[in-house]
Amino acid sequence: MTFLRRTIPLAICFVLGITIAFQYYVPNQHSSAFLELMTRWDKIIAGFAVFIGAYSLFHLHFSRIKFKAAGWGYSIFVFIGAGIMLFFGFYNEGEGLLADKQEGSMFDWLYIYVQVPAGATIFSILAFFMASAAYRTFRARTVESALLLVAAIIVMLGRVPLGALISPYLPLAADWIMSVPNLAAKRGILLGVSLGAIATSIKIIFGIERQYLGGGD
Amino acid sequence: MLDKFVNIDRRIIFVLVAIAVIVSLLLTFRLPIPPTPPVLSIYNTIEDLPPDSHVLIAFDYDPAAMEELQPMAVALLHHLYSKDLKVIGLTLWPGGTGLAEQALVTLAGEYNKKSGEDFVFLGYKPGVASLIINMGENLHTAFPTDFYGNDTQTLPALRGVHSLKDIDYVIDLAAGASAETWIAFGKEKYKFDMAVGCTAVIGPDLYPFLDSRQINGLMAGLKGAAEYEVLVGFQANAVEGMRPQSVTHALVVVFIIFSNAVFFASGGWRTTRKRLGGAGR
Repeated sequence: MTFLRRTIPLAICFVLGITIAFQYYVPNQHSSAFLELMTRWDKIIAGFAVFIGAYSLFHLHFSRIKFKAAGWGYSIFVFIGAGIMLFFGFYNEGEGLLADKQEGSMFDWLYIYVQVPAGATIFSILAFFMASAAYRTFRARTVESALLLVAAIIVMLGRVPLGALISPYLPLAADWIMSVPNLAAKRGILLGVSLGAIATSIKIIFGIERQYLGGGD
Repeated sequence: MLDKFVNIDRRIIFVLVAIAVIVSLLLTFRLPIPPTPPVLSIYNTIEDLPPDSHVLIAFDYDPAAMEELQPMAVALLHHLYSKDLKVIGLTLWPGGTGLAEQALVTLAGEYNKKSGEDFVFLGYKPGVASLIINMGENLHTAFPTDFYGNDTQTLPALRGVHSLKDIDYVIDLAAGASAETWIAFGKEKYKFDMAVGCTAVIGPDLYPFLDSRQINGLMAGLKGAAEYEVLVGFQANAVEGMRPQSVTHALVVVFIIFSNAVFFASGGWRTTRKRLGGAGR
């Protein structure tokens, strides 16, 4: 069993990892065709991941309902919402699952008039929470937090048209903050994250990092 | 007395924000919206494209981010359709399919553009980075059919397009990390011109790519969308949204200044200094 559960996946990972990495440097028709084939396989695997995601979601919410966890009533709406959308998606205005998607269907109506406004509403609530959080926590307790606070005020005013009305220098100052200190910090973070990703990838390819196999090692 | 202001009931703040938004929506006043260089760069690039050039828009967002990104999509489509450019739409987000189709088809009707001839909607496919690489090698194997089941090999809108290398301009409308993926696996490998429109929250993350010229333009948040609306002469939701956004930003700044004034007046800073000193700072 160890051979099937551990050795074969490690071998596949090593061979494909090395091959795909070297493929990048081989400008050849066969190399390109191989990459195309691999990406098509990867898309198929990604499609199956959707089923795993759906199973995980339903399993979590089923458990919450079963054990009456705090807020379990909301979990019922997950099943109701998913059930309704799945039903009308499969029903497809009476044409069934195998036919092309019908225009103006109930599925479209639910998307446009339920999912779209609901999603936008949830996102817009952020404005209220951000205003509350800014009032309660944005305090100049230290020199660093005072600097952050001043930068935030300049950017908040400089990034909206009202800032230009207050002073023509506000948008310029906001742009400078975004283009110099922000850029420097973001570039540093980006380089760090990228180097970390390369290191992790090498560890996975060479079988040093094996947590993806499950059960640890 | 001051403690009441320090620990103010958050519902009062919510009500003040709601009043600020509602009043600024009801009142009509104009605000200057001059285009910034990153937005102007996108506009100029599209202006310089000859008719029938291919422009790909990736609608990588869902309804949660539509208030910022859908106005960008609409303003861009006004520009693209009016310039007689061939538009290719797709999404890497399953929840974005309906919004993308709505924008492409509604605007196409206004400009008498036909699906398959003047624009093509490829829909959603899973895979993200793999899908981008697949499109970079062969767009027709990545999307054998469009959203409506038509063979992409036969569509006039895709004539002359074999892969991403044949696309004249790619614009990713991103609510997440898709812009980085497009840059790393698409733009860098297949060498096409690219710009990004994104939510305000991820705008700062993209400045390094703008500075390194990996993207030649950036529209961030509703402000970016409003600037583009002004440039194309189609002032709609984004320009309208500048009033409540400006007033709310100003209100938040007032909140911050007021809360800090109260914090210092109530002597809260002394407690903080003692606590930080005690922690060995």
